[in-house]
Amino acid sequence: MDVAFATIAQLKQALADGATAESLARATLERIAAIDPALGAFREVIGDAAIARAKSIDGDGASGPLAGVPIAIKDCMCHVEGTTACSSKMLEHYRSPFTATAVERLEAAGAVVVGKTAMDEFAMGSSCENCAFGVTRNPWDASRVPGGSSGGSACAVGAGMVAAALGSDTGGSIRQPASLCGVVGLKPTYGRISRWGLVAFASSLDQIGPFTRTVEDAALLSSVMFGKDPLDATSADLPVDGDLTDVDRDPGPMRIGLPKQYRLEGANDPAVDEAVERAQKAFEAAGAEVVEVDLPHTEYGIATYYVVATAEASSNLARFDGVHYGHRSPGVDDLVELYSKSRSEGFGEEVQRRIMLGTYVLSAGYYDAYYNRALKVRRLIRGDFDAAFDAVDAILCPTATGPAFEIGAKTDDPLAMYLNDVYTVPASLAGLPAVSLPGGFAQVDGKPLPVGVQLIGKAFDEARLLRLARVVERSADHASARPDLGALAGAG
Amino acid sequence: MSDSAQPGPRITEDQVRHVAKLARLHPTDAQVGHFAHQLDAILDYVAKLSGVDVEGVEPMPHAIDTVNVWREDEPAPGLSPETALGNAPQRDGEFFATPKVLGDGGGA
Repeated sequence: MDVAFATIAQLKQALADGATAESLARATLERIAAIDPALGAFREVIGDAAIARAKSIDGDGASGPLAGVPIAIKDCMCHVEGTTACSSKMLEHYRSPFTATAVERLEAAGAVVVGKTAMDEFAMGSSCENCAFGVTRNPWDASRVPGGSSGGSACAVGAGMVAAALGSDTGGSIRQPASLCGVVGLKPTYGRISRWGLVAFASSLDQIGPFTRTVEDAALLSSVMFGKDPLDATSADLPVDGDLTDVDRDPGPMRIGLPKQYRLEGANDPAVDEAVERAQKAFEAAGAEVVEVDLPHTEYGIATYYVVATAEASSNLARFDGVHYGHRSPGVDDLVELYSKSRSEGFGEEVQRRIMLGTYVLSAGYYDAYYNRALKVRRLIRGDFDAAFDAVDAILCPTATGPAFEIGAKTDDPLAMYLNDVYTVPASLAGLPAVSLPGGFAQVDGKPLPVGVQLIGKAFDEARLLRLARVVERSADHASARPDLGALAGAG
Repeated sequence: MSDSAQPGPRITEDQVRHVAKLARLHPTDAQVGHFAHQLDAILDYVAKLSGVDVEGVEPMPHAIDTVNVWREDEPAPGLSPETALGNAPQRDGEFFATPKVLGDGGGA
């Protein structure tokens, strides 16, 4: 079958109609080979492993909910096939002896991993320009970024190479690239999906989630990955709603909050505000009550995030020492020099910048002024959401302030890059589930560029969040819009 | 209120060198100047947190309320030495090799 732009639901139908897992894997690999050289969504394709696995699924007559469905995983998820490089020179040759729980659960359900998607190195970035092995491009305009850090996964789904890909979201790294590439991206509640085997960036924030073309497919992947894992003590020991995949179920009385702080004066591209208004109208047409909510500490989100996340990163990335695994500087005969040279050679500039910022805010004399204070403001941000959720079931807001920006536009100004995450970090700091949905298009230089809308839900309320997302999805068929990849040939 | 003390001067090149040493990084002189400039701008932005009233607010280190989890201290299968050493950039038999830590090698 033609796998281009297929949904999981369509692939499952093709399999039910007699297509083999091997034929889907081969068609997917051919499509990647044809269009990815111009996009760079994949850091590594594991074709032989994928074909072997697909053949074994065909041989077993496996019947899992994802049996034979090709997927991609982000390059920071440990996998026994190929390398797990975090798009970093530090881990360029790293071969994991185990597979991340989230990936293992998808494979147990029959999914066939075809490759590892490019990302900002160690998930630090919002544009996929911080990848040690080359930039990833936006399928809607190859001169623009796909967003980040899970930009390769968003690009792979947005360009119709795979129906689904995994990303990880620390401050918006699933939702923002989903918005920029015109796909669905879900960051579940912190603790919903095991972090075992996810290379750690900021452990109190990191969460794995799916990229898909439809809400229904996001729910299906979630239903497979959600749930307690003894290998991750922070994974939540809570039941997973058995009707999670029934996204067309009536969500019941709907109360939707619009935060007044998410319409910063002059900050949003008009297409973003229009997309939110369209989603608001879709809710109203479906009988929802839409009210304004107050999230007064929103303006402190970015500052709080870049203290908390870098502090945790500086600690997590201390493990890369040139001794146990990863890059080792050659010819060094002093241990401390071995550590520091291996790290400076192995880590790219943004990673080093964040390690230094995190080290600084944790260092003697600054811990209280920066780190401890940020943790207190984090609680105030969480308190804003708790108060808002007394009155509403979900919050509707933009995902990003605008459509994809041009490659290179923000690389010299880290702070401008960080401000990309203004609408996504508050839910991350509060640990709440949030989904970005295709919301429409901005017309830039005669080209349509996707913009997303974001729905933020109550903790562990993903079943309702996805049903509400389905209300927006049903109102406008943005997902069937496809980028003109014919223009890619000359873009490489 | 001690919490709201201004976070002091923004970062200097000497402080960048000190932080790099703590972080076991080895920036070139050019990078030190570059990082000082960028970190200064970021810290200037982050200083807005000093304007928030956090009197009586408990720090929130975790995204959700968590309690410590214990497990039985029972032996279980782990990685074999060969697997564990599989990614070692340099090994010596069943050991990770490092430069000499004590004596002539200097080390820490």
